[in-house]
Amino acid sequence: MSDLAKARVSSAYIWRSKQFSVRLDPRTIWASLALLVAVLIVAIWSISAGDFPMSIADIFASLVGEGQKPHDFIIFKLRLPRLLTGLAVGAAFGMAGAIFQSLARNPLASPDIIGFNSGAALGAVIMIISFGATGFLVAVGAVAGGLLTAVLVFTLSWKGGLNPYRLVLVGIGIGFTVYAGVSFLMTRTDIFFAAAAQHWLTGTLNARIWRDVYVTWLGFGLLAPLALGLQMSLNRLEMGDDMALALGIRINIVRSLMALIGVLMVSIAVAGAGPIGFVSLVAGPIARRLTLSSGACLGGAALVGALVLISADLMGRVGFAAQLPAGVFTAVIGAPFLLWLLATQIRKGAM
Amino acid sequence: MSDENRLNAHSVTLAYGKRLIVNDLSVSIPDGKVTVIIGPNACGKSTLLRALARLLKPQAGEVTLDGVEIGKIPTRKVAKRLGLLPQTPIAPQGILVSDLVSRGRTPHQSAFQQWSEADEEAVLDAMQATQTLDLAGRRIEELSGGQRQRVWIAMALAQQTELLLLDEPTTFLDLPHQIEVLNLVRKLNRQQGRTIVVVLHDLNLACRYADHIVAMREGAIVEQGVPESVITVDVMLRVFGLKCDVITDHLSGTPMVVPAVEDYI
Repeated sequence: MSDLAKARVSSAYIWRSKQFSVRLDPRTIWASLALLVAVLIVAIWSISAGDFPMSIADIFASLVGEGQKPHDFIIFKLRLPRLLTGLAVGAAFGMAGAIFQSLARNPLASPDIIGFNSGAALGAVIMIISFGATGFLVAVGAVAGGLLTAVLVFTLSWKGGLNPYRLVLVGIGIGFTVYAGVSFLMTRTDIFFAAAAQHWLTGTLNARIWRDVYVTWLGFGLLAPLALGLQMSLNRLEMGDDMALALGIRINIVRSLMALIGVLMVSIAVAGAGPIGFVSLVAGPIARRLTLSSGACLGGAALVGALVLISADLMGRVGFAAQLPAGVFTAVIGAPFLLWLLATQIRKGAM
Repeated sequence: MSDENRLNAHSVTLAYGKRLIVNDLSVSIPDGKVTVIIGPNACGKSTLLRALARLLKPQAGEVTLDGVEIGKIPTRKVAKRLGLLPQTPIAPQGILVSDLVSRGRTPHQSAFQQWSEADEEAVLDAMQATQTLDLAGRRIEELSGGQRQRVWIAMALAQQTELLLLDEPTTFLDLPHQIEVLNLVRKLNRQQGRTIVVVLHDLNLACRYADHIVAMREGAIVEQGVPESVITVDVMLRVFGLKCDVITDHLSGTPMVVPAVEDYI
């Protein structure tokens, strides 16, 4: 076998021993490294920027335990919890979006488009308006609402299998219906509750505390390895059920597990920062383009999601005189992207 | 029913929901031969192939592989012995030819064994056999229909299964490309001894390339055997309702169907 032929078949980095072999695509590695660096830069910037600016030297001093009191307070009580929550929430949104887009073989099938975010919003608004709940109970309502909506959407769009177009259309329909419920509740309540609900609905990382960090990272940390472990099977599913089964993939198990992991990830993200839109929509396709991956790139999508969310939060915090919620900025970035996606799908005749 | 062969269907009843397609059918796929399934549209050819490949679970009866009911063998183990190329596989967007062929190695891989020497060799062999090595770095969208079909077959080959089922691999191809694909099928069978089952529409090509023909109509087998015994005036009338003459192909010596000339007025 000639080396030339081998080189043609694979440009990947390969490490091998007898029982063990790893194959990594150089493009994936470089894209991931670049994303990691970008995340790190925005993260440091987020810690240093704000009403009370700090130098990088100050930050490092605080991190190694030799900082000044006011610096320590701002970093450990305010900015670090906010940043870390943002990273986990963004990564969870991004990965969950990539999972659903892959399952449905359609980039429009991200959880914010197919109604999961609306469901979570309704759950949360019911808690805020009907029960005057705050904090943890709102998150519980959101998770319950998101899960119920997901079950409803899957049940109604399931017909001997998961039909991508049916899923997108049913999801959009249910999303609007559910959101009508949100609007109804908002008109029925007084201005105080309506303001609280609206603030939550936009999605924000304001005033996150360490508990938010633990919850979101624990959830994401448990789910992400499972999702990554199933990534290869997920990618085979994109080739059609018959092909995947012929390749020895247990299609129903993989599909159910992935859908469950995706829904749980969205729920955790929504509980952590509200139903922030568009992060899950943009992350998957951007990651695919960056890595030139031929399937879902879940790790890349998580990195892109984290980057988009903490960037949006940073812009909201320092870009304007008043502090704006991150959800406003993800919408500003995401809406044109959605239009572009729709346009390319229509041109391809896929919708 | 002889059970000496590896792949058998025993009185299977196949249906999609309540729509019955195949009723109480038994068939044994001869080892080491090229079997071609023919029959009119919607006669259950593809359905039977899907059942043989465990993609469709029979409502009654069973399909056995090496004497064991195929549904009871872990699907990954089946995938190491039996490969299938569906009628319309979906190519992931923007995938490179070499990556697509590599996906045929899926049942042999795991998280700890992502790309072994054996994987590499199998993919190279498959691409050499299908003459797709020159296309390795191209994107699947850039290829012609015939090239694309060769790539899909290469993927199925890389799976290195002794049994290979192909569902209408020549649809949408022009005649030279159909010949190209079927020559490849025969080469794989003759050189590597693989058992191959192909669903085909073209009767004359079926005669040329088949060692064994299974003729189906309305979910039942009408006739099976060597081309000379299956492709007869009588059987063509019973299977397709086609009036024809059967002559001998003077190049290959196999039967050739010449449809009768109808009076149009």
